[in-house]
Amino acid sequence: MLLIPCPWCGDRDETEFHYGGQAGVPYPERPAELTDEQWGEYLFVRDNPKGEFAERWSHSAGCRRWFNLVRNTATHEIVR
Amino acid sequence: MRLPEGGRIDRTKPLRFTVDGIEHTGCAGDTLASAMIANGLLTVAPSTYLGRPRGIFAAGVDEPNALVQLDDPMQLATTVELVDGLAATTLRGKGRLTDEPDAARYDKRNAHCDVLVVGGGPAGVAAALAAGRTGARTILADEQRELGGSLLTENRLLDWLADAVEELDALPETRVLTGTTAFGYYDQNFVACASKTRLWHVRAKHVVLATGAHERPLVFVDNDLPGIMLASAVRQYVNRYAALPGENIVVATTNDGAYGTAFDLAGRVSTIVDSRSEPPAELVNRARELGIEVLAGSTVRQALGTQRIGGVRVGDREIACDVLAVSGGWNPAVHLFSQSQGKTRYDERKAAFVPDKSVQAQHIVGAANAVYDLTGCLDEGFSAGIEAAKMTGFDGEKPAAPYTAREVITDPHPVWFVDGPEGRQFVDLQRDVTVADVRRATGAGMRSVEHVKRYTTIGTAHDQGKTSGFAAIGVIAQLLGAESPQGTTTYRPPYTPVSFALLAGRDRGELHDPVRKTPMHDWHVRNGAVFENVGQWKRPWYYPQPGEDMKAAVLRECRAARTDVAVMDASTLGKIDIQGPDAGEFLNRVYTNAFAKLKVGHCRYGLLCKADGMVFDDGVVMRVAEDRFLATTTTGNAAAVLDWFEEWAQTEWPDLEVWFTSVTEQWATIAVVGPQARVVLAIVAPDVDCSQDAFDFMTFKDAFLADGTPARIARVSFSGELAFEINVDGRAGARVWDAVMATGLPTPYGTETMHVLRAEKGYVIVGQDTDGTVTPQDLGMEWIVSPRKDFVGKRSYQRPDATRPDRKQLVGLLPTDPDELLPEGAQLIAPDTPLTPPVPMLGHVTSSYHSAALERTFALALVKGGRQLIGRTVLAPLRDRTIAATITEPIFYDPEGARRDG
Amino acid sequence: MTVDLREIALPRQVDLRVDPIAPAATRIGELLGTPLPVVPNTGSEAVLWLGPDEWLVFGASEDQLRTALGDTPGSVVDVSANRVVYELSGPDARDVLEQGCAIDLHPRAFGPGRCAQTMLARANVILHQVDAAPTYRLLVRPSFAGYLTSWLRDAMSAAG
Repeated sequence: MLLIPCPWCGDRDETEFHYGGQAGVPYPERPAELTDEQWGEYLFVRDNPKGEFAERWSHSAGCRRWFNLVRNTATHEIVR
Repeated sequence: MRLPEGGRIDRTKPLRFTVDGIEHTGCAGDTLASAMIANGLLTVAPSTYLGRPRGIFAAGVDEPNALVQLDDPMQLATTVELVDGLAATTLRGKGRLTDEPDAARYDKRNAHCDVLVVGGGPAGVAAALAAGRTGARTILADEQRELGGSLLTENRLLDWLADAVEELDALPETRVLTGTTAFGYYDQNFVACASKTRLWHVRAKHVVLATGAHERPLVFVDNDLPGIMLASAVRQYVNRYAALPGENIVVATTNDGAYGTAFDLAGRVSTIVDSRSEPPAELVNRARELGIEVLAGSTVRQALGTQRIGGVRVGDREIACDVLAVSGGWNPAVHLFSQSQGKTRYDERKAAFVPDKSVQAQHIVGAANAVYDLTGCLDEGFSAGIEAAKMTGFDGEKPAAPYTAREVITDPHPVWFVDGPEGRQFVDLQRDVTVADVRRATGAGMRSVEHVKRYTTIGTAHDQGKTSGFAAIGVIAQLLGAESPQGTTTYRPPYTPVSFALLAGRDRGELHDPVRKTPMHDWHVRNGAVFENVGQWKRPWYYPQPGEDMKAAVLRECRAARTDVAVMDASTLGKIDIQGPDAGEFLNRVYTNAFAKLKVGHCRYGLLCKADGMVFDDGVVMRVAEDRFLATTTTGNAAAVLDWFEEWAQTEWPDLEVWFTSVTEQWATIAVVGPQARVVLAIVAPDVDCSQDAFDFMTFKDAFLADGTPARIARVSFSGELAFEINVDGRAGARVWDAVMATGLPTPYGTETMHVLRAEKGYVIVGQDTDGTVTPQDLGMEWIVSPRKDFVGKRSYQRPDATRPDRKQLVGLLPTDPDELLPEGAQLIAPDTPLTPPVPMLGHVTSSYHSAALERTFALALVKGGRQLIGRTVLAPLRDRTIAATITEPIFYDPEGARRDG
Repeated sequence: MTVDLREIALPRQVDLRVDPIAPAATRIGELLGTPLPVVPNTGSEAVLWLGPDEWLVFGASEDQLRTALGDTPGSVVDVSANRVVYELSGPDARDVLEQGCAIDLHPRAFGPGRCAQTMLARANVILHQVDAAPTYRLLVRPSFAGYLTSWLRDAMSAAG
């Protein structure tokens, strides 16, 4: 059970949050101009490192704000 | 036998108990095992697989042999507190669950603290005292019913301990949980602890692990005979319980620890067999003073006897004994430390895996940190307690330690196993695994203890390898000729078994999962509704009248909606209020169709897709004002759609000024459906002109009902019939429903009829006719995909995968026999397909019903390239028969849409 | 067991979204007679903090708040029927909540004037501590009320 620091509500149990996957993967500005490969990359390809990983969470049972944090996927330490 | 004095038992409180039906008497303070030993019962049930005689081996949670059946299956005699009337049966192999429901009440507590100390031995008590005195919120958890740990075994510092217990009880912010096992250590210092009927979820800022150490067995020929026990267990039975397991004892050891056992039992111990060629002179001299012979540089090669040990063979000598107290060294109990991601390393001098690096905010102290002298344990405990308190914002002095004689612990000399028949040298007593079995594993090429474990089953029994795990590691090292052991298996929760009932707590029966009810729920109950679970909601499924089965009830409800008027409680639909100057623009970006230009007072059906273009949800959106919309969602997806909106608004388009508020339960919704719907409206809402000219399809009006209740009435239809939805304040829902029913006109209908009516019109249910792999085009809904604007997912429709001709498409199915009902989920195949696996599938049935309007059965299905197959026959092969059906357009009733105006 | 559970009627609840530094926020504070709380997880019987730009307002109407909001972008939604309100009060009230609520309710961490949107058992709740009795208000969706009150009664019987 992770203890996740919501930037607004403070530390809360993982069950109050929804996971949003890798951070920093913006929706392409002009999807129509992308090749199928580029669009496929956006849709389906994400990093999966062992170690520090920047990811998105939403405090869905609380203030419903989305935020980013960096978590070590091997140890589950929340680095920042 | 019971010693005449000593121990922490209460001889004035005798307790009667039975083992395998024979009555005995123990004392308050006994465990079942200590009472058995006091009654001369050392032998328990034979071993599971080989049927060899076995006896009580340990004194705690590491016991591999003494499993008993009480009301609960598979309890350890060594951890069962003796109570009057206890009836135990010794167990060979598995226990059995009782047929009786578990009447005990289990509950849960969430607890937060600054410092959690796990383990109530000297180091743990010292840590808790140090932390607790600073005012830090401190929890001390120990599996035993009495604090003290090894102090109780060794009869040391008992006065200090009594004072400490008293002080801990008095500290206002310190909580002592005895009889409570910390069994799981999870992320961010989340530690799960179990007492008999209470589960603790402890979240600690800092954890001090003082979990002690487990003594290791020795591996030699016939090392499983009853009477062979861990040296520390023998000492504990004698000192703590005044229970003497034998009169003529030999001690076999690789380390200093077992000397204490010999000294405490002086007069009954003949010999100490020490693997070290030069045991510490101080210990040897003391032994000699007490009349105990020390055989240095020696090991026990074989135990003698058949039903119980009668002697040992050491070199060429045979020494008679009735108990052999063994100590193969000590393993720090790093289970929780490892669960917390802490790393261990092998310490050559201590011949054990010891804590190396912590990941979480914690200390690990005392024997758990391979510190075995009492002075050192106390010092580490006090230091850790004060440091932990300081790290969580408190301050104080490190407490003064009580006086303890200085001990020098000399390094052990481990012995992994001896020469001799390997099939009689037991590594895992519970699994009956021997050195011969391990040799088969290493002979088959296995090197890793993880592989050997799975091949031999070592460590997989009830005790999870507490005694056998390291024995196996040592044997493997010796068999492979390795210089030292090569790593442990992974320690996983739970540390000791935890019952499912305890984990479930009060989440059982009616509290297992929330049951959500609409404001009109009581009416539905009173009127005989059969309910369906939709997510957590209870929705009326159908309303059978006396003598009606489901089919008859649903056909009647459908006829009422198609020919007269019927009403449904639609309050469970998700509702989201969307406000802000950019609300229209936002909706344009997330729905496949356009909303920016929707007129105020109008409604539009919309489809939401994920970025991969697959249908995610649908619903009607009303424009309440220029800058305000009310979107409805499917019942099950209300929370997911709100999350989806928030995600896009916050993370992708923070420049848009738009806000979302869930109003699902602000509104109660009543759907009035059927050609006579206007008659009901005329009575319930007389001020609203519901005529065709005054109230267009897909518009809504805010109005007052006959009794003055404000309402929002929308003309939308999910059945193809003339229909109105009356939305009112949730608190008025029951009252307005009563008013609608009081007209005496409508037939109430449930979700099954709603499903039939919509399927007759080919309207999909997201999540039933779709499964996250279906595009709007697959559903034949190209009309709702705007060619002019961009929206989330649009780009995906140009992907080759989205345009494959063999994508599954929504079609209708008419069974050849109009009375045959296709089961939903049935697989579909082409008529000439041979039924030898693998059978190529064309698709599957998604919805299937009896239709009153069609006077026959019909279905919806997803079929590969289905639109090209219209008119063709497919087969649904079932277990007992095959149903043939014709593929049709997915619309069965009123294809011109003539009925929506009534 | 010394803890009491009762349902209370709160006349009006409105969900408000506005930038807290906008003049409109000040106007709304004047309307309510108390500034909008900007410290997370705090509030009063007039208004609770729900998020960095979101509040639950008690008493004022949607129209009143919309007028105070004026032309400032934001959102005002009547949610009076969206939640029912219970009061759990008495020395054992915290012990009851700790059976199903994972946030720290110790007086050092939570106290009168604190609120939180969190989970109690398996229901989403807004938890608001009103006084040091302690008295807690629990705001919960009406559809969950039956479940939550059953759960609370069971927990109350195990408290203390």
